[in-house]
Amino acid sequence: MPVAAISEYKFPMNDAVEKFHGNQLLFVGWDKHLMFYGTAAYPLPPAMKFSDLFAGPLAMSYSQHPDFEKIDWSKVTWLKGNQPWKPDYDKSLAENGLVHQDCLRFQTPGLDGMFGICF
Amino acid sequence: MDMNAKKKLGLKERYHLMTRDLAWEPTYQKEEEIYPQLAYEGIKIHDWEKWEDPFRLTVDAYWKYQAEKERKLYAIIDGFTQNNGHLTVTDARYVNALKLWLNAITPLEYEAHKGYCRLGREFKGVGAAVACQMQSIDELRHAQTQIHSMSNYNRFYNGLDNWHHAQDHFWYYSVPKSYFEDALTAGPFEFITAISFSFEYVLTNLLFVPFVSGAAYNGDMAAMTFGFSAQSDESRHMTLGLEVIKFMLEQDPGNVPIIQKWIDKWTWRGVRLLTIVGMMQDYMLPKRVMSWKEAWEIYFEGNGMALFNDLARYGIKVPDCIDQIRKEKGHISHQAWLVFNSANFLTNFHTWIPSEEELDWLDAKYPETFPKYYRPRFEYFKKLEDEGKPFFTKGLPRLCQVCQLPIFFTEPDDPTQLAYEEGTYLGQKFQFCSTHCHKIFDNEPEKYVQAWLPVYQIYQGTNFLPGTDPTVEGFDPVRAVADYYELNWGSENGPFEGSEDQKNFAQWRNQATKN
Repeated sequence: MPVAAISEYKFPMNDAVEKFHGNQLLFVGWDKHLMFYGTAAYPLPPAMKFSDLFAGPLAMSYSQHPDFEKIDWSKVTWLKGNQPWKPDYDKSLAENGLVHQDCLRFQTPGLDGMFGICF
Repeated sequence: MDMNAKKKLGLKERYHLMTRDLAWEPTYQKEEEIYPQLAYEGIKIHDWEKWEDPFRLTVDAYWKYQAEKERKLYAIIDGFTQNNGHLTVTDARYVNALKLWLNAITPLEYEAHKGYCRLGREFKGVGAAVACQMQSIDELRHAQTQIHSMSNYNRFYNGLDNWHHAQDHFWYYSVPKSYFEDALTAGPFEFITAISFSFEYVLTNLLFVPFVSGAAYNGDMAAMTFGFSAQSDESRHMTLGLEVIKFMLEQDPGNVPIIQKWIDKWTWRGVRLLTIVGMMQDYMLPKRVMSWKEAWEIYFEGNGMALFNDLARYGIKVPDCIDQIRKEKGHISHQAWLVFNSANFLTNFHTWIPSEEELDWLDAKYPETFPKYYRPRFEYFKKLEDEGKPFFTKGLPRLCQVCQLPIFFTEPDDPTQLAYEEGTYLGQKFQFCSTHCHKIFDNEPEKYVQAWLPVYQIYQGTNFLPGTDPTVEGFDPVRAVADYYELNWGSENGPFEGSEDQKNFAQWRNQATKN
């Protein structure tokens, strides 16, 4: 539905990908781990190899959790846009079809956080 | 000698002379050119004369009442200042609630002043225009009295001196700021529905009554006084809010669905905004009056629902978001405080982990949620703190495109699952905290794609001071952003434990009470 306006209402998107100096925004959340402020947001080069996320940005955001070092990335399952999704770890973000402001979630079965409340 | 004795005007006569009779019918200009904003929102007003003033307040009486309130308020503030009133508060932690108030809420009073000032010009009916002009002056008064009341604290505590800059820059103040900018950039009818009805009528009691009672409870005479001084205006604003809604609904049946959409939107926007107030109430008042959940049940579920029952005869329904709000009321204040406590290096107020006794209070007030879901987290963080390795957030979070809060909320039916909601507009993906914010976006995507989202601004490089070079060796982005925020690193931010505020308060209070 168009916005109700007194004249033509057209403005640029404030977070268009061109504004991120060659990077694109990627959101990556870790299911069943609520220790953090929510889902991490990263500006990343589209050519970055997917598996470089693990020891880089994801470790920065999530390694304070005792479960993090136990993650076997070959057994992790992924969601993209809340739908099951299978990345190719050896390919780049772009080759995996990831676009600006995509949101991923990863699930680590058997590692369900602490205290039985997914903390 | 000529005696020019005039008969004193009656109330009714005076009201007409000073409001309704100020209007005139334009003869040489078209009405739609004089009032260009009245048509485009789709609201139809057939007869502005049907507007009923709930107070019939004229400007002379208004000055008289307000002057009286001001005299009382400033007498109390003077007394408070002269007697070092700041040392009578329960605990210096309390001052942090005032910091949030001054930085987050006071600037909104000023924005409200601007909004009503505009409505006083845009509304064709003179009754409505005069009521809006008076409210505009009220809101300006609220901004001023809050600044004056808190200026005494500013002489002694950190985090109160740069509130205007803070609201325009800090990551979390974008939540209240964007809320009001959303309203100010809407048409006049949506603005008045958003602020007079959804905010003033439905939600403002939650801000002014339990929180201001909290100020009194914690020995803060200054905040209590500005709160109660404002509350007497708020009652008038609430009545105006209800009058406005009824007037619009009665004018044309076509107005009903438009107003319903606004009520749905602004109830949810307001509730999300009040997450911060819930956190103030449950965590930042050393002496507590009632929990956020209790306040919510009294002022919203009780009073608010009675109001919606009243409006049912016009065809207005309770907003859909009510279900989710009911499910979340035992969670959001805890989720918010946990986030702020782990990110307090980038806040201009202090945070702390509640004491054992405070955790017990939270257990008792939130028996269904706190002992199971939140107490273990605080105890874990406390353990880390005691071991000398306090938990701090690393990196930056995903934000909701509409309410701008970091998405720390969990799914309404599963407190162990973080909320995920995604949408698309013109090929670009957008993230939301809830289906309700998503729906608000979908109704006006052109508006919300312009959102100034703090995290993404940082990633665009706009939240650094000119001349900052992020490519130099050892560049610390957090410190660079703090500089841009004008955060006084080391005194305004960080944990309360060990802060200047804590040390100074203890020292001054000792001087005041011991030899």
